[in-house]
Amino acid sequence: MQYQAEVIIELKAGMLDPEGTTVKRALEHLGYEADSVRTAKKYTIVLKADDIHSARENVEEMCQKLIANPIIHNYSVSLREIE
Amino acid sequence: MSIAVVQFGGSNCDLDIIHVLKDVLGVDAELVWYKEENLDRFDGIVIPGGFSYGDYLRAGAIAARTPIMNSVKKQADAGKPVIGICNGFQVLTESGLLSGALTTNNYPKFRCEATYLRVETTDTPFTSMFRKGETLSIPIAHMEGNYYADEPTLASLERNDQVVFRYVDKNGNATDEANPNGSRENIAGIVSQRKNVLGMMPHPERASEEVLGSSDGLKVFRSMVEYISNR
Repeated sequence: MQYQAEVIIELKAGMLDPEGTTVKRALEHLGYEADSVRTAKKYTIVLKADDIHSARENVEEMCQKLIANPIIHNYSVSLREIE
Repeated sequence: MSIAVVQFGGSNCDLDIIHVLKDVLGVDAELVWYKEENLDRFDGIVIPGGFSYGDYLRAGAIAARTPIMNSVKKQADAGKPVIGICNGFQVLTESGLLSGALTTNNYPKFRCEATYLRVETTDTPFTSMFRKGETLSIPIAHMEGNYYADEPTLASLERNDQVVFRYVDKNGNATDEANPNGSRENIAGIVSQRKNVLGMMPHPERASEEVLGSSDGLKVFRSMVEYISNR
């Protein structure tokens, strides 16, 4: 089976997000108000696996070993089967 | 004695370090491409600055997972001295050889300028030739040099005397104004628990000859060479 995983990598709450802060300031220059802006990165991964559980296991391992840095990041994974 | 200078795609301070080791200190040094898997023949290793793999994913993240890093770990485990400078420091934290992480500067700008550092400990293979508390002038050049570690990690770094350099003003005070990137506790460089692995954001190789305005960085390499000679 083929699956598509969407992985979102975010800085942990409380960590500085200088890019988000800069975007917030730019929004304010345009006249918008935002209480907070936080950035995140999204990775779309297409992979083969026997079932959705092993696909998830696989992607979780990818996140822990490479895609996220557990010292500074939280991550979330959503998965769906594709044709 | 021979020192390896590791080259990844995108390393760019490799030749500066070779120059300091060979031409200034007269030590044998060799560029080693990242596909090399055996570093047994070397007595020490330098991971230079630059932008390995274009800083894709996170600075140092991809380089940290190349096969050569397994050999770097093996040499570090054997007690050989390893220095990671700038991107090299990022590679060492990403590979788990050093604790913490280097994140985007608190003001998200690439900062390339002279900084003052205070030597916090001389009890390492890289700082034995300094005086404790000495103020050095060594430049930085980075965008992701904001040292982050959680409280328990910071406490254990302090307890084990692993903080090697702090950003200070010219009078040697670790103030907020002297901190160029938002690093926790003004940390500019740390060593591993065994103290034979050093990571630092400032570039000692760019301050190793008087003609460059400062030769304060040379003692980092001289200390390392002396340590190797005495091993």
